[in-house]
Formats: sequence, C-alpha cells, structure tokens
Amino acid sequence: MRRNYTAKSYTDVSSALVTNRRGFMKLMGGLGAGLTLAVNLPIALADQTATADGGFEPNAFIRINPDDSVAVVIKHLEMGQGTFTGLATLVAEELDADWAQIRPEAAPADATRYNNLLWGPFQGTGGSTAIANAYMQMRQAGAAAKAMLVAAAAAKWQVPASEIGVQRGLVSHAASGNSARFGELAELAAQQPVPPAESLKLKQPDQFSYIGQQLPRKDRGKNDGTALFTLDVQLDGMLTALVAHPPRFGAKLRRFNADSSRTAPGVVDVVQIPSGIAVLAKDFWSAKKARDLLEVDWDESAAFMLSSDEIMSHYKTLAEQPGLVARNDGNSSTALSGAETVLEASFEFPFLAHATMEPMNCVAQLTEQGCELWYGAQIQTGDQLAVANALGLQPQQVKINMLYAGGSFGRRANPHADYVVEAALIAKARPGTPVKLVWTREDDTRAGYYRPMYFHRLRAALDSAGNPVAWEQRIVGQSIIKGSPFEGMIKDGIDPTSVEGASNLPYRIPNLRIELHTVDLPVPVQWWRSVGSTHTAFSTEVFIDELARLAKQDPVEYRMKLLANHPRHRGVLQLAAEKAGWGTPLAKGRARGVAVHESFNTFVAQVAEVSVDDNGTFKVERVVCAVDCGVAINPDVIRAQMEGGLGYGLSPALVSAITLDRGRVVQSNFHDYQVARIDQMPAVEVHIVPSAEPPTGVGEPGTPPIAPAVANALSAATGQRFHSLPLKLA
Amino acid sequence: MAVTINVNGVDHPVDAAPDTPLLWVIRDHIHLTGTKFGCGMALCGACTVYLDGQPVRSCSTPLSAVHGKPITTIEGLQSPAARAVQQAWNELEVPQCGYCQSGQVMSATALLEKNPNPTDADIDAAMSGNVCRCATYARVRNAIKQAAKQLG
Repeated sequence: MRRNYTAKSYTDVSSALVTNRRGFMKLMGGLGAGLTLAVNLPIALADQTATADGGFEPNAFIRINPDDSVAVVIKHLEMGQGTFTGLATLVAEELDADWAQIRPEAAPADATRYNNLLWGPFQGTGGSTAIANAYMQMRQAGAAAKAMLVAAAAAKWQVPASEIGVQRGLVSHAASGNSARFGELAELAAQQPVPPAESLKLKQPDQFSYIGQQLPRKDRGKNDGTALFTLDVQLDGMLTALVAHPPRFGAKLRRFNADSSRTAPGVVDVVQIPSGIAVLAKDFWSAKKARDLLEVDWDESAAFMLSSDEIMSHYKTLAEQPGLVARNDGNSSTALSGAETVLEASFEFPFLAHATMEPMNCVAQLTEQGCELWYGAQIQTGDQLAVANALGLQPQQVKINMLYAGGSFGRRANPHADYVVEAALIAKARPGTPVKLVWTREDDTRAGYYRPMYFHRLRAALDSAGNPVAWEQRIVGQSIIKGSPFEGMIKDGIDPTSVEGASNLPYRIPNLRIELHTVDLPVPVQWWRSVGSTHTAFSTEVFIDELARLAKQDPVEYRMKLLANHPRHRGVLQLAAEKAGWGTPLAKGRARGVAVHESFNTFVAQVAEVSVDDNGTFKVERVVCAVDCGVAINPDVIRAQMEGGLGYGLSPALVSAITLDRGRVVQSNFHDYQVARIDQMPAVEVHIVPSAEPPTGVGEPGTPPIAPAVANALSAATGQRFHSLPLKLA
Repeated sequence: MAVTINVNGVDHPVDAAPDTPLLWVIRDHIHLTGTKFGCGMALCGACTVYLDGQPVRSCSTPLSAVHGKPITTIEGLQSPAARAVQQAWNELEVPQCGYCQSGQVMSATALLEKNPNPTDADIDAAMSGNVCRCATYARVRNAIKQAAKQLG
C-alpha cells in the first residue's frame, strides 16, 4: 500500500511532540509487535465491514448507519480546538456527505488503528498535529467509503459505476433516474470489496465543497450545559476522591491520622497512595470537608526548598558560562569582539500553570478485565502504559471512555499520566467501585507540571548599515522531556523543546550561536501551549525590535529585509502590517508593536495596539493577526484558535506567574494566579493567508507572538525596554 | 437534615449539611451537571446560577442561604433573553472547550434581562467575573451584542 504521507517532512522543524521512532522506544517497550504495520497504512481497514444492525463500516473511521447518519470516528481529543469539526470535514469532503448527517464520535484508545501518524505507533493529540497528520488519512477514509457506496449502487441499479454521482449524501444515476441515501445503500455497500488506497482519487482543491468553508462546529451542547465533561460522569455506586498532596515537591509522608476524617459524614474510606492521602466519600463536599480534617505529618527533609529568586539567580550565574551548542553558524564571538555596536539583553520567565477551566480529574474503576477510565485523554497510548505499569496490567487492559476536556493547553498530555495514575491507584483500593478523582483549583495550581522558568542572555552586533552580523543567545532552564518517556528526543544533550523558536531563528544573520544550559530541579515541568516558543518568541522578537530601533529602522521593514529567504514569514508579516495600518498615525498615548513567529510549521504575525495613560497603566486595545497554516480547512475554527491562542498568551503577558517561596507554591487560585479576563481582551482581527501548502495546526501558533508584540508596542509608546513577564511599566 | 429546594420549578428534598455549597447540592444531590466547578471561591463564574432571579456563584452560596428561594440553573433557562443568548452563542461559535460556557450564558442572560442594550463597558463589567481560559471573550462580547439586537 502506498504511503501518501511521510512523517519525515514534518519532523525537520522541532516541536514538542513531533518526534522520531527512537524517542518512543522506551515508551513502547510494553507494547507488542504488530503495531508498526498500522503506521504504514493510511487507513486502518476493518476485516468485517458490515455491522450487526445493517450498517456499514468501510474502515476504522466511518460507520454509515441505516438511519443515514454517518459516524466519523475522531482519534484526537476535543478540548476546544475544534478537531471534531476539522477531521469530520475531511471525511465529509471526500465522501460527499451532507454535513448535517455527520456525527463525530471519539475513538477508543487503540494505537493500532488510531495512532498519530507523526508519532509512530502512538495515539495522542498535541504539537498542533491533528489536521497535519490526519489530512490525507481522513480524506482517504471518506473516499474509500464513497467508492464502496457507488459500487453498491452500481450493483443495485445494474449501471456502470462511472455514471453514478454523489452529492450531499445522495447517490444518484441521472440516466435511469435512480437515487438513494447512504443509509439505504449501507447494507449492500458492506458487501463490496474494500478499494485499495492507490485506486482512490482524491479531489483537487478546486473541487472542494467543504474544505475552506465555514461549516458549523460539531461539538454542540456547549451553550446549554448538555455537553459532558469528566466532572459530569455519574456511575452507579461511584465515590468522589480528593487527595491531600505534599506541601513541597519531594516531601514524603511520615505519618497521618485520619480518625476524624473516617467518621465524618459521607466518608467511605481513606487510603494512602504514592502521591498522598485519598479521601473517598459519597459526594465532593463530604470528601472536601473530610480532607480538611486529616492530620498529616510530612517529612520535608528531602523536599525542594528554593525560592524563585534563588533559582533565577542560579540561572543568571550559569548563563555566564558557555552551554551546549544548539546551533552555530559562522563565528559569533569573533564577529562580536570586532563589532562597533553591540546590544545585550537578559530575559526572565517565571513558572506558569496551565489553569484549565476544568481542573484535573479522572474516573477510574478496577474491573475483572482490567481498568476502565472515563476522562478526556490526550495521549491515550502513554496513559494506558502508565496505568498498566502502575496496576500490573497489560496496556490493552486499560479501557478509556472519552469525554470532552475542559481545556488542556498541554496539561492533559502529561508524560507521566500523573492524575490518571493517581485515579487508578485510588480505584485499586476499592476494586469494582468507580471512583471520580477531583482536584480542586488549589490542588491543580499547586501540583506542578508548570511551564519551566527560563533565563535568556542575548548579545548581538550590528554593522555600519545597522544589519545584525552576530547573535548569541544562551538559554537556561529545566528540560521538559528529560526523565520522561519522550527523553529519546534529546540529541547531544539538547532538549529541542528548550530551544525551539530560537534555534530556528529565521533572520539572516551570518554569525549565529544558540546555547543551552539544562538545569535539573525537582519541580515538575511540562509543555504549555506552544512549548519552547512561549519564551523564545518573546526574547527573540523583543530583541530584534530593539536592534531595529538601534539601527533607526522601521521594525516591519527591518524584519522583512532579514527574512528575504522566508516567504511565509514575510507573507504573514506583510498582511498583518497592512491590515493594522502599520505606519499610519495613532491617537496620543497609543502605539503599535509587531512580532512574527513560526511554530509547529504555522506562521503567525501579530500587530498589537496599546494605550498608555498618564498613571502608568496600559491596555491592549486591538490585535491584528495574520496566519499561514497551509490549506485552511475551516476558516472560522482557525480564527477562533488565533483569538484564543493570543488571548491565552495575554495572561502571562499581563498577569500570570507561579512563584516558589522556599519550595512552596505561593499561588493557589484565580485571585493570586491571575488570568486574562474579558476587560483585558482586545478587539481581534484575524486574516488568513491563502495557501495551497499542506495544512498545519493552529492550536498553539497563535500564542507566541502576542507577548512580544505587546512589549514592542509598549516600548514604542514609552521608550522603556521589557525583558520579563508579566509586563510592567517602570 | 433534609430540606426542600426548588430548582428549575421542581421541588427536591435534599439531605446535605447546611454548609454544603449550592453547586454541590445541584451536582451531587440533584444530579444536574450543566453548572460547573471551576474555583470554589467565586472567582471564575463557571458555577453561576440564579437565586431568586439574581445571578450568584453557587460554589460560594451555602445551602443554608437558599431559604426557600427558587433556583434556576442552565438546564432551566427559558426566557426570551436566554434563547437569544444561546442562539447567538451558536451562530457566532462562541464556545471552544465549553466548560465555562454555562456560566457565561447565565451571566450574559442576566445582563440582558437588566440592560437590554449594553455598551462594551457594561459587558466588561457584567462579564469580568467569568473566566474563559480558551479566551473566547471577543466572541462573548459580540454574541451579547447580537442577542441584544435580536431582542430589540
């Protein structure tokens, strides 16, 4: 079977989860052979295409029911990014279905059929890969189903298949006047031979009727409370569990007294688990009150006791020394030492929590067959392995029932499956009883798995024309993937997720050196929407703006000149500048700033307009965003992700930071871990660059440019330099 | 001790401690799950319900404070303003993950019932207690205006 799709073309640019096979060797150790075959198949074909009720299952992604509805099986987690809509659009396009008859449903956890094609034999969502990996796969699935429906109609009507047309869910033969809905043909279609993938003729872009259109979203029930999330799962006999976690990372339980908790109303059990003490009760409030009654003596002798400012000062010291080299063009030190004009800057970034609206939670039940889970799983295969390891099961004994996730931003793709394993281990104490683990906002804020702290030190030299001739950047921080199942992505000591966005700096600079110091700390860290670009986009885009200013050149023109060989960067930059009215006069106290950044193979430029008042406060008034993500599957979903992505990035730009005080997490809830609210949200315009390039993701790329665009606007307004987040005027 | 509370026009006997937040009475005792838990401290608005017609944060309203006043949750929204808001929410594709949206819809409906023609500043003031981490705020604002226009 032909591989229309190769992972290789997508792995040349580093991104958090796009990785090579080697990276998964450790992770996949627990899975048997046989999975690799499925990786090479664009469509996992079913052995048996008929369903018991007279329906038709041409492949693992489509089920046509006798009632004429078309179930489209979505292998990725719907967490708000619109994947139920996007992937279903691809099937509907090639199937020529009516959009109204399409019913997306979540795939079960099964990496043999539902693996992410960019991740090898592994099912999961992240790195903005859903559309990118499934674009051809889902289209082929739709085309194969259509071919079988046509073959069924040809057999039924005794006419040549080539004379049969399909439009909006109706199969018809003009000459004979025959027509039939998909559902009427389902039973007969199931008896047709599955067409080989190479025989399928996919549409040309000018034949698209759904791709590129603003189809309504399919994840409904979100305006009337009917959409179901993990918190909403109700099972007979289910208990709610809350866990008391240690107050510091690395603290251990010495002893505890649960007498008062055990006798509290509604409480069923109190159990010790590796991550703390779980209180199981008939309802949330009983469990919460009983947890408050626990008397716990924590052993903090080996706990992490440093504060954020101590960590940062350690990072600053490290940045004085050379690090491992992530990229080295020319000879930056020679160029810098001979230069007349040198600019230096240091950037500081705090820890960040994901703070999803739905705090982490998971329902688990130990059954005779293994373990059954109910939640919004983001990396199903990794979670299965982790739970299987924790419970002494085989991964395929871990069954996952998918729910919508109330946001993730990376958090639910935890390489250690932290809260999922916690739920499973609590359930292990009460075999047969379903247990809903619920984290409070405080639990969620203090449990770690933060975007790491980073320190960046930059130096650049300009020639007499103001062009940068040298750029040196040293990045200091924790590795997200070290010690995780994704560790195999580390090459020559460099975690690509620590330097991405800097190591692929697009600007034409002959002497360029990017170095990395990786620091080991026991603070759990994780990817956070756009991963490395959360910090590298800020330091690089603020610094290039400062170089432009030093060279007395316009920031847009300066970038355009240095991006001569990067047409897609130039395309979004030009479009955003033009739509924002770059260079046109603004009211007093207002200024614009720009940033352009590529992440996950998608290119985004944003122009932010700020107002600064005499009291030293500022507001982001308007953002014009341009995006190039290749073929635009659903323009409105793309706009929504740009609006949301930059809105998410506004929080760390304006208000969010996690800090440690002698190892304790200072923040606990939205009063001290503040996030952007509606009164801080600017008016947003999104413009999409028309493109015939293969489609890439939009979940993350909207986030990186906003903080530097706002900082650059503030610099333009005030003349101040901004080198740390959240942004504060002097 | 059992008390009776009226939710969406239906009386429910509830056997829960008086300090139980209304949110958990609604979710765990009456089994209506549209009202969400986000913070437990009246900081995010995901748990917004109406108590005697006024929007309150149910996570911070104890059962003992209900005092026989009627409660309306997202499942019981029926007013013309509510229908206009929900329709605008669909037409402008406001929700992303959707978890906060019950609360957004409750707050937006309450705003329009009090102020049929809100300005941007009115919307910011009424909605700034409702956090959306997907940052659907720009669409929330536009959808409220669209609903207001439709209610005319």
